[in-house]
Amino acid sequence: MRLKVSHRTEYNYDEPIRYGLQRVRLWPVSGPAQTVLTWTLRIEGAREEVRFLDQFGNDTRLLSIDGEPHTISIVAEGEVETNETTGISGPHRGFAPLWLFEHQTPLTAPGAAIRDLAADVGEGGELERLHALMATIQQRVAYVTGTTDSRTTAEEALEKGTGVCQDHAHVFAASARLLGFPARYVSGYLMMNDTIEQVASHAWAEAYVNGLGWVGFDAANGVSPDGRYVRVAVGRDYREAMPISGILIGNAQERLAVHITVEQ
Amino acid sequence: MVAFDEMLPAEAGLRKPYEAYDSWLKNQDPARLTEKMRDAERVFRKTGITFAVYGEQEASERLIPFDIVPRIISGNEWRRLTQGIEQRVQALNAFLDDIYHRQEILRAGRVPRELIATNEAFLPEMIGVRPPAGVYTHIIGVDIVRIAENEFYVLEDNARTPSGVSYMLENRETMLQLFPELFQRIKVHPVENYPQLLRQSLAAVRPNGVSGTPTIAVLTPGSFNSAYFEHAFLADQMGVQLVEGQDLRVVDGRVAMRTTEGYKQIDVLYRRVDDAYLDPLTFKPDSALGVPGIMDIYRAGNITIANAPGTGIADDKAIYSYMPEIIEFYTGRKPILGNIPTWRCSEPDSLKYVQEHLAELVVKEVHGSGGYGMLVGPAASKKEREEFSKKLAVRPSNYIAQPTLSLSTCPILTEKGLAPRHVDLRPFVLVSDRIRIVPGGLTRVALKEGSLVVNSSQGGGTKDTWVLDD
Repeated sequence: MRLKVSHRTEYNYDEPIRYGLQRVRLWPVSGPAQTVLTWTLRIEGAREEVRFLDQFGNDTRLLSIDGEPHTISIVAEGEVETNETTGISGPHRGFAPLWLFEHQTPLTAPGAAIRDLAADVGEGGELERLHALMATIQQRVAYVTGTTDSRTTAEEALEKGTGVCQDHAHVFAASARLLGFPARYVSGYLMMNDTIEQVASHAWAEAYVNGLGWVGFDAANGVSPDGRYVRVAVGRDYREAMPISGILIGNAQERLAVHITVEQ
Repeated sequence: MVAFDEMLPAEAGLRKPYEAYDSWLKNQDPARLTEKMRDAERVFRKTGITFAVYGEQEASERLIPFDIVPRIISGNEWRRLTQGIEQRVQALNAFLDDIYHRQEILRAGRVPRELIATNEAFLPEMIGVRPPAGVYTHIIGVDIVRIAENEFYVLEDNARTPSGVSYMLENRETMLQLFPELFQRIKVHPVENYPQLLRQSLAAVRPNGVSGTPTIAVLTPGSFNSAYFEHAFLADQMGVQLVEGQDLRVVDGRVAMRTTEGYKQIDVLYRRVDDAYLDPLTFKPDSALGVPGIMDIYRAGNITIANAPGTGIADDKAIYSYMPEIIEFYTGRKPILGNIPTWRCSEPDSLKYVQEHLAELVVKEVHGSGGYGMLVGPAASKKEREEFSKKLAVRPSNYIAQPTLSLSTCPILTEKGLAPRHVDLRPFVLVSDRIRIVPGGLTRVALKEGSLVVNSSQGGGTKDTWVLDD
């Protein structure tokens, strides 16, 4: 499936910026699940300082901001050919060892709720158990925006019973790790059926299954990723795969606007 | 147990390295020496060497006591020591490169994976980073103890931010001022060129593509830090800027410092700020001591950070016990300098042994430093041992234990004349395109009779350390 993605992020500030940095992971790479045909990153009101591959192989750029422009905009867009791989994104690559993904992070640290959830996953084959886990999470955590934020932990989201894709991915990764699977967080895009405008970028989780490699699970939608998914960055949790993270020195207030379209 | 005295061992009589010093000392008027001792204190007060002691109610600044009797090492002894040290620092750097890349040593099962995986000193952000010349730990303080004429052991490796080198330099400076005639009679290798060697060493690991003389700076957490004096001193002696996080920012893909003529690119940053505080964009977000984005600039290859972030994984006390395996794995040879036998309390059999033999052992926290939180079994009361045993049972993996070694002694000058006190030695090692070790190092001495704790935070003092040009 050939998907056209456009992701525009705009920051408005109410006064000049003394100094700020934005770290951007908005550059998808080709792999078994997708081929990036064209991609551009247009930045206005900020400067690209460096680009590098982070410890997970994500294309990462550091932008700096200072002085006048009260608006900065970051537009990532391009075309990606996705392959139908039944959710399998391939063998493990890179220097980050597989065992690193067995370990929880502050955002996935399990409490009683996650432990119970993992303990309730029945017997069966590895894939079977992971699919059962995904189904349970979809049931237990309703998709409701505005009830969680970027600092909400997996445990908190599960207790609350509501959240967004980020929370579903965290709950899945936390539980899969408890079950002994290396697991990771994937940020990217999803073309929702019948709509071009997307509410937000998307996120899902992957677990490592011996013999298959990394397998994706989108617990927010209860499916494994297919041709409608474009992957951009991976990490052990949201914090490590975040599309944009920043630091701002000074008192300026920030207003954020995001506009995403994904179409065929 | 009688300790080996480095000047006057019990059975053998005066040792050769001390002969010239001894013949000079015999001709000194004791009253003059006592006066020199007071002079020494004045010199130190004047230069302002103090250090803050943690854990005291008022962050008091006090002098580290200095003893005027030098600790003397022969040229031959030193050559043997340096071979062992070089082997060790090569292994440490090879280990770090491996841990942040292919992890062969874990695959080979020589070091347990869990030890790395669950260790806070292991920084995933360093995975895949290969710094200039493959050097991760550029400045290392190797703590060495001596048990007998030919028995030296490494007590610990300080591979993150070893401190104390300013004392080594000030001690020599003071001795030169107090006893200029001594240095005319006895040929002692100089240490004064350490700041120049440090600067050369740091310059040699500048980022690829930086031509000409690289710009070096020393990053300090600020004047409240216990080692601030040393940071300022080293910057001054090297002739480079002393900077704080707030002076730095990202400019044109580099880390740059604010100067009167605008921002100036820094090529090599000798940082004395701990990993967790180094980059609020990457680590602790509320750290005001670091430089936001420096890890990005580092990953892009545009700055050298010395020592590299994540080097703590090599000097962790739990890793220490694997150093013999680590050295053999990377150098293909047995360690020249031995390790002290170490019980890892995380292992049930070892824990049992340690609890049954607390009275004979020294127990340390795995992540501790500066002598805080440790138990010296033979010196502790029964009650102290019982309380410590409870702590051990709660978090065994937090502790390691070692036999109480009878550290060698060296005489200090007391009001009643010379008296033996236990000492250790911290040579400072510089690694870049090659390995440079300043002859000597910092000798720390336990001033209390019989005490084995030499840490300055626990009442230890220092001595000038001589390596003879013989």
